[in-house]
Amino acid sequence: MSRRRIGLALAAASFAWGLAASAAHATDISFWTWRQEDKAAYNELFADFTKENPDIHVKFESFPDENYPTIVSTALAAGKGGDVIHTHAYGWLEQFVKAGYFEPQDLTTVPSLANQPADALVAGTYRADKKVYSLPFASQTLGLFINKDVFAQAGLTPPTTWDEFITVSKALKEKGFYPLANGMGTSWFNEMFVAIFTNPFLGQDFVGDLTSGKTTFKDPRYVAALGKLLELRDYMPPGFEGIDYETAGQLFITGKAAMLAGGSFDIATYRTQNPAINMDFIAPPTAKAGDTPQVTKFFDGGYAVNAKSANKEAALKLVNWMGTKEFGDKFSALLGNISPIKGVVIKDELLAHVAKLNETAMPHINVVYFRFEKPTGSELLQGDITKMMSGSITPDQLAADLTDGLAKWYKPFQGK
Amino acid sequence: MNNGRRHTKKAFPWRRSLWIASLLAPALVVMVLLVLWPLLSAFRLAFYEFNGLQPTGFIGFENFRKVLFEQPYSGWTYNALKHNIIAFVALMVFENGTAFLLAYALLKALPGHRIHQVIVFLPVVLSAVIVGFLWKLFLHPLFGLVNQTLALVGIGAIPWLGNEHTALGSVLFANVWHWLGFPTLVLLAGMQRVSKEVIEAARLDGAGDYVLMTKIIWPLIAPSVTIVTILTFIGSFNWFEIPYVMAGLTGSPGGATDVLGLYFYRTAFGSTTTGIQDFGQGSALAVMMFIIVAGVTAIALRYLRRREIEL
Repeated sequence: MSRRRIGLALAAASFAWGLAASAAHATDISFWTWRQEDKAAYNELFADFTKENPDIHVKFESFPDENYPTIVSTALAAGKGGDVIHTHAYGWLEQFVKAGYFEPQDLTTVPSLANQPADALVAGTYRADKKVYSLPFASQTLGLFINKDVFAQAGLTPPTTWDEFITVSKALKEKGFYPLANGMGTSWFNEMFVAIFTNPFLGQDFVGDLTSGKTTFKDPRYVAALGKLLELRDYMPPGFEGIDYETAGQLFITGKAAMLAGGSFDIATYRTQNPAINMDFIAPPTAKAGDTPQVTKFFDGGYAVNAKSANKEAALKLVNWMGTKEFGDKFSALLGNISPIKGVVIKDELLAHVAKLNETAMPHINVVYFRFEKPTGSELLQGDITKMMSGSITPDQLAADLTDGLAKWYKPFQGK
Repeated sequence: MNNGRRHTKKAFPWRRSLWIASLLAPALVVMVLLVLWPLLSAFRLAFYEFNGLQPTGFIGFENFRKVLFEQPYSGWTYNALKHNIIAFVALMVFENGTAFLLAYALLKALPGHRIHQVIVFLPVVLSAVIVGFLWKLFLHPLFGLVNQTLALVGIGAIPWLGNEHTALGSVLFANVWHWLGFPTLVLLAGMQRVSKEVIEAARLDGAGDYVLMTKIIWPLIAPSVTIVTILTFIGSFNWFEIPYVMAGLTGSPGGATDVLGLYFYRTAFGSTTTGIQDFGQGSALAVMMFIIVAGVTAIALRYLRRREIEL
């Protein structure tokens, strides 16, 4: 063997040794989520992270949405689970924090927390110790999807007030379209439906009165807003009681329905399902002309670090990176979600419009304030709204059930 | 040989006991670890309060009091229990009643009975999730096979699963379609064991099909009826998969299809969009379900077995 060959062999061996040594020192961490559909985007994001942190590799692991709380809680109870856990916000998060499953985050361990607006941080904060346990990842906006092609075909303009909504819906129905795609077949979607159409009638004052204990859901403003929902039944598809979330989406993207009360989280999905769709996302109808248009906003969740993680340092490093503008820009571009990180640039026109609507948004009342104890506002409302829409209970009864149920743990409602 | 065996047994009685114990031990260990331990854990957790996901303190029967006597939990418990009872009665009448008639028709070995036997049994081999999903599609208000067929005779879109008056019936129908083959085969096997002489003797005495079915076959297949009844009862009170797939975890619409299995799961493990997890109340519900199923099964078995002995 010539000297040159020996030299080459030695160089190759040293290179291989170096690679092996670097692999041996690399830290593998896992990221647990319920967002199976976001796998490609997250893998791209994690590849960027690994470029900046070559010693940390992130594995994306997803679980079914419906069973996610069960899987996460049983894994964490056994001292296992992902190193970084994708969490929902508010009450969902709090039960895990109470059990001591998540690591608190502060500006020392996660400096990028400074990039988060105050209302986003509330979603990831434990009320008892005021510490952040989950770095917020996205805000979701609830409003009205508009199929612009259907409106053009019908020669109509999307409505801005309730009266216009009714007039336009009548015209759409006469032209053979379903004015509103929504049904009552999916409980969680029904709760969003209620928030979307009642919030413009309630206003910020009502939220202030409700959270300060001045009023309850028995308030005539809430009962009247619920009553408006009954008017929508004439403009929903036949057999709307059995129309589920998936069907509503299909009716909308195929142009059978003109409008759909839904969430900004579906913008990307609808575009994937029908790339030719020509849609808009607007605020739901206001009570009267001149009122401020009000969409509904909430923070979906965040990124938490498993308190029992063997790679806590690497996990915190990843979470910190997920709070940077660099992550936020790409996250919004890839997933069509609005990152709450300050200064994030949203290039997509529709998404930027949604972000603008957020400036005057109302909170998703049940999610933000009434999911902390049992029975939650969500389970009470979801149980009753189908009954109200089918006419077996009145708006007054729903309001009373909601108030009395919440009074079990929400002190301002007790005795009212 | 016999003497030798007796000698061994007398000389080493402990060896035989050890041998039996060693044969039983693996099964016992599995039973204790996988059945008894979880069961006892559920009993224990039912007496604890949970703060978040960890037990924080012993609270006696408080969880039971809440699910049985405190609104809104008690309302949800009785609503779910009512649906389990309705399911049991409906399945006994419609599923097992039809199964009895089908088994009798198959027993008569009419032309084509073999293919019918396969057809009746075929849905049983499908998973409950597939059956639930299939019937959810069939019953879809706009595009479902059922409503499209009804539309041909001018009947408008019926929200089978969205209307509180038709939802439980629709879910039960899917369940009957899924399981009908099982009681049919069990009852058919029972009927095939009835002595031909008995049937022929009855025929010679002038018994028609109705008399034969009610006075001869029905009493003589009591052991099969016992099995079918007990399994239907257990199935009705542990019912979960089909309601879950067709009506969701909340038993929609408005709890019209809620059953104890769904309510237990929802309470113990929560759901992303409704509630928080409460293993204490969930365990109390699980214990109650166990007591109902085990208690009623034990009593029913005694009664049904006595009926068999009396024959």
